[in-house]
Amino acid sequence: MTANGQIKIFTLKIDGKDVSARSDQTVLQVCRENEYFIPTLCHLEGLSNIGACRLCMVEVAGQRKLLPACTTMVSEGMEVTTTNDKLAHYRKMTLELIFSERNHTCSVCVSNNHCELQYLSQKLGINHIRVPYRFPKFAVDASHPYFILDHNRCILCTRCVRVCDEIEGAHVWDVSGRGIQAKVITELNQPWGSADTCTQCGKCVNVCPVGALSEKGRSVAENTKRSGFLPYLTARRKEKI
Amino acid sequence: MPKTITIDPVTRIEGHAKITIYVDDNGTINDAQFHVTQLRGFEKLSEGRPFTEMPSLMARICGICPVSHLMASAKACDNLMAVKVPVTGHNLRKVMNMAQIIQSHALSFFHLSSPDLLLGMDADPAIRNILGVAAKRPELAKDGIRLRQIGQQMIELLGGKRIHPSWVVSGGVNAALTAEHRAAMLKEMPEIKEIVRRALNWYHPVVKHYQEEIAVFANFPTLFMGLVNKNGEVEYYDGTLRFMDSAGNIVSDGIDPSEYDTWIGEKVESYSYLKSVFYKPMGYPGGIYRVGPLARLNIASKCGTPLADEELAGFRSIQKGPVSSSFHYHYARLIEILNCAERVEDILKDDECMNPHVRAIANPNSFDGVGVSEAPRGTLIHHYRIDENGLIKWANLIIATGHNNLAMNRGVLQVARHYLDGLNPKEGMLNRIEAVIRTFDPCLSCSTHAAGQMPMQIEIQAPNGEILKTISR
Repeated sequence: MTANGQIKIFTLKIDGKDVSARSDQTVLQVCRENEYFIPTLCHLEGLSNIGACRLCMVEVAGQRKLLPACTTMVSEGMEVTTTNDKLAHYRKMTLELIFSERNHTCSVCVSNNHCELQYLSQKLGINHIRVPYRFPKFAVDASHPYFILDHNRCILCTRCVRVCDEIEGAHVWDVSGRGIQAKVITELNQPWGSADTCTQCGKCVNVCPVGALSEKGRSVAENTKRSGFLPYLTARRKEKI
Repeated sequence: MPKTITIDPVTRIEGHAKITIYVDDNGTINDAQFHVTQLRGFEKLSEGRPFTEMPSLMARICGICPVSHLMASAKACDNLMAVKVPVTGHNLRKVMNMAQIIQSHALSFFHLSSPDLLLGMDADPAIRNILGVAAKRPELAKDGIRLRQIGQQMIELLGGKRIHPSWVVSGGVNAALTAEHRAAMLKEMPEIKEIVRRALNWYHPVVKHYQEEIAVFANFPTLFMGLVNKNGEVEYYDGTLRFMDSAGNIVSDGIDPSEYDTWIGEKVESYSYLKSVFYKPMGYPGGIYRVGPLARLNIASKCGTPLADEELAGFRSIQKGPVSSSFHYHYARLIEILNCAERVEDILKDDECMNPHVRAIANPNSFDGVGVSEAPRGTLIHHYRIDENGLIKWANLIIATGHNNLAMNRGVLQVARHYLDGLNPKEGMLNRIEAVIRTFDPCLSCSTHAAGQMPMQIEIQAPNGEILKTISR
């Protein structure tokens, strides 16, 4: 976008092929428009991008470091590489590290067959976790009347934090702790069921890519998610503003 | 010097076990113990999990009878929710439970035990397996494999997959039956009956050669326990518990499954991870009882279906009162397969099975829930306690093999005393000791809530633990 707010059209190369893009688009958006596969977990259309999961890393000619496609804006003449051995290696390693952090057991998970982490692992050919599992001990928070929070399955994508803040406007969710100690919390680390600010809308549950947030009463493999409402909701709100 | 003979692991059973036989200087068998040698701890690891995950979590105890655990667990969860499962959901669960019994009984009879019956207890262990059966009598092996396939396919048609389907849930099942799957299952029932008929025609003459084994294969007076329906007929899924003594007297009847712990006690022995379960009014170890196909047919007034009842008459003619030799578990299994096929047919022919209302939805309404059903190898009890949020605080599981533990131990001793030369143990003798265990079709993976591969090893030990001799297969 130019200084006066005008949108320009850029031409860039993705994996050697010329594509055109609007100047207000991210590399991820352009790649997806042109059907280039880039894995993501923290990104969700309709929410802000934070580049947290590091799965969408791409190579940009002239840059020494890999860049997250979800937070990198396109520029004229940009040359992007979405797939090569190095990227594949990093993406697999990132997923393996996510698996090792918590207790992800697909076979007995409410989100089995409906899980973005599981889908990407299958798609990227993860068949071993080469680092030791940490097996942390997290208690399940089932104090909410409708929903369950299971930290054992959380990947800290913070979609719940963003949807509650940006779309619902309640800001029940936050992240406490740093590094390996980080975890999502409700209000000031109070049980979810006692969170007065929670509107019980369930948006956080529906955007969660894994089985960390689920509806109560769901058995194994029953936790289907409906996140398709987000872009629609975001667009309608923009129109009213 | 007294010796110890160890059979480790026991082969052609489901799970890991070993047998120790204590022998004195003259070769006399002093004692025998059946050890289940692994621990998994599902009761402990389920603590803190939402109760709604329990059926599928507990099904992971076993790859052979996951459906049995699904049933007992889901029934315990129904009770936590304090709901009545819709009739169709209830009946579809019954169909899956009977499909499980069909496939598991086929595995026990054809794959695990028919090698002993067809090839002989003393046959070369290298051929004494299902492949040996396939070489000598291919139609028998094919029938066994086909029967198991039908049972497994029924489980898949109902639940989406053959092992660990997540279709059975708290409150019912999570998908209604389709007309296509109903027809596919119904089509198989006549073939099941034909296979069992052929198996019975083969079994009856063969078993005449095993009179010596029948006399000593865990052939002693015990109580018998199992579920019966309100008419006193064989029941696999619902009903109340009944105890019968060795003379055929019903000693306790109409026991609500939720009151199991008034009647059933568990005792830990230092030599095994498998607890010994006993009938409380008669104490330990006097309250020895058996469960499973033999017990179910002994305690019930009848099977409740024509073909099975016809065959039950033959079973009852074996002896006056309850049939006491565990060798006849094999026969009882074939009758039960027949019974299950007929019952499945009855349920599926009724259009009620197509009702889409198959699940009750509720929050937890009770903090304590017990679920009891009949697994192929006997009565299975799941008991959970939850907190106010529906998280598991405590779980207790009593598995069929646990009920039979005392009887299996005594059966091993009986066979060892009859057949085994303590100073010169031979392979065929040792196989009979394993074979008595096989009659019970124990599932040790389940019983210690574990799994593994099983070559056989026999150790002869001095009292100080020194291994004097090792024989391996």
